[in-house]
Amino acid sequence: MEFLGLDLPSYSWQTVLGSAISGVFLGSIYALVALGLTLIYGVLHIINFAHGALLMLAMYAVFFLWKLLGLDPYLAMLIVVPGAYIFGYGLQRGVIGKASHGRDEIILLVTLGVSIVIENAALFFFSASERSVLVPYDLDGIDLGVTYAVYPELIALGGSLLITFALWLFMSLTDTGKAIRAVAKERQGARLVGINVDHIFAVTFGIGTACVAAAASLLVPTYAVHPQIGYLFVLIAFTVVVLGGMGSFIGALVGGFLIGVTEQLGRLYLGESMGVITISVIFILVLLFRPTGLFGQRSG
Amino acid sequence: MLDIQNLHAGYGQMKVLQGIDLNIQQGEIVALLGSNGAGKSTLNNNISGIYEPTAGAILFEGENITGLRSEQVVQKGIIHVPEGRRIFPNISVRENLELGSYLRGQKNRKANLDRVVGVFPRLQERFSQLAGTLSGGEQQMLAIGRGMMAEPRLMILDEPSLGLSPLLVEEMFGLIQDLNKTGLSFFLVEQNVMQSLEIADRAYVIENGKIVLSGNTDALLDDPELKKSYLGV
Repeated sequence: MEFLGLDLPSYSWQTVLGSAISGVFLGSIYALVALGLTLIYGVLHIINFAHGALLMLAMYAVFFLWKLLGLDPYLAMLIVVPGAYIFGYGLQRGVIGKASHGRDEIILLVTLGVSIVIENAALFFFSASERSVLVPYDLDGIDLGVTYAVYPELIALGGSLLITFALWLFMSLTDTGKAIRAVAKERQGARLVGINVDHIFAVTFGIGTACVAAAASLLVPTYAVHPQIGYLFVLIAFTVVVLGGMGSFIGALVGGFLIGVTEQLGRLYLGESMGVITISVIFILVLLFRPTGLFGQRSG
Repeated sequence: MLDIQNLHAGYGQMKVLQGIDLNIQQGEIVALLGSNGAGKSTLNNNISGIYEPTAGAILFEGENITGLRSEQVVQKGIIHVPEGRRIFPNISVRENLELGSYLRGQKNRKANLDRVVGVFPRLQERFSQLAGTLSGGEQQMLAIGRGMMAEPRLMILDEPSLGLSPLLVEEMFGLIQDLNKTGLSFFLVEQNVMQSLEIADRAYVIENGKIVLSGNTDALLDDPELKKSYLGV
């Protein structure tokens, strides 16, 4: 098969479909990591460089809960997610908010600094070696005909969809959710109806961190933990956020799936190393024709 | 009700308010008149806790509220409908109104919502529309409606007539009088001097951060100084 002058291997449709499906599974994790990032960007207007470090930290928490207490990684979510919320809340209110004095360019550097501190602390305490959780069901799964889906993949997909939906409900129906959306656009108006803006910022950062902790729980059964693991996912999550439209939930979800499927198909046709390049190609193409991303709104 | 004593405030090195004395009695409409840059909005923002005064005191029903945070001021029942409306453009009209009772008036949200759309039927027609898509007049209605949702005891209205057509301005001032009859006190900050004086009980004139003139509106309407500076006669 020839495409744009490239001689591509030919595959049966079953292989292609199977590859695309595994891309959907992968994309659901990207979407969940991106969800926290896009929420924080949408409200606080900050690019959270610490997001990857927080993902890594949450993965270590899941790992050690399994290692030391024998807790299943999925059950660990019940501890790690609330813990991450509190950690994120405190980090924003006590460190990022305080150090930045409300100036965006400082916030950017502060989150970068936080990520460096967390990553080096992880290197110091946990060393650079990879650690994996062994779960008894990691190779069990369901035969979908064109591909075999293991339970961790299925749970990741279901979990991501469920969490995105739950977050959307929270943002639409609760006063806190409405306040988060209000603060995103009109801070002084928010103060005048009695919204504590600093509190809402910290709540938002906490929820974003909780999302990334949920992603960590879903990742640990299939990915080994090491201090650099955050980079891998967050670079792609940044792409997903920009692709889907900064601040858009549905954009994060669709963008995540799009990137996941593109990556897997790219790998299938171009090989492991070249395959990842397709992400950037799709990214550039979307931004050429839709600079605000797929679901982004023009600012202002 | 509200008693402001020798209030000084500003931004950094810049002193804007230089010793303001002002009071509002329960049930009154008090107007604050003055040109751009005289310090009107600064005064409001210091009452509502957006900024902290550098000296002086603000008492609300005898209680010192100087330097309280904005959410604490809202909790007391002082609701500031700011200049430029400051509605939430990216959420629906209904959600804007609901957030009006984010802190205060939560219990009676449903009843208050009915009351607000009773006053502004236009808002009900636009309930599910994003607030940013409303016309200027509708946005002003929404801003006042959002303020009413918090069951205010004193409402600060900052330039409510700005950008409205003369007909809408007329309507707006009529509405303020109606609300006032239900017992709500108003602090009305306006550049629209004539109409403000018509509905207000008393008025203060601010210039360069100082109160230069105050009194009953009837008396002020006859004041030669005021006539010269603000009415152009």
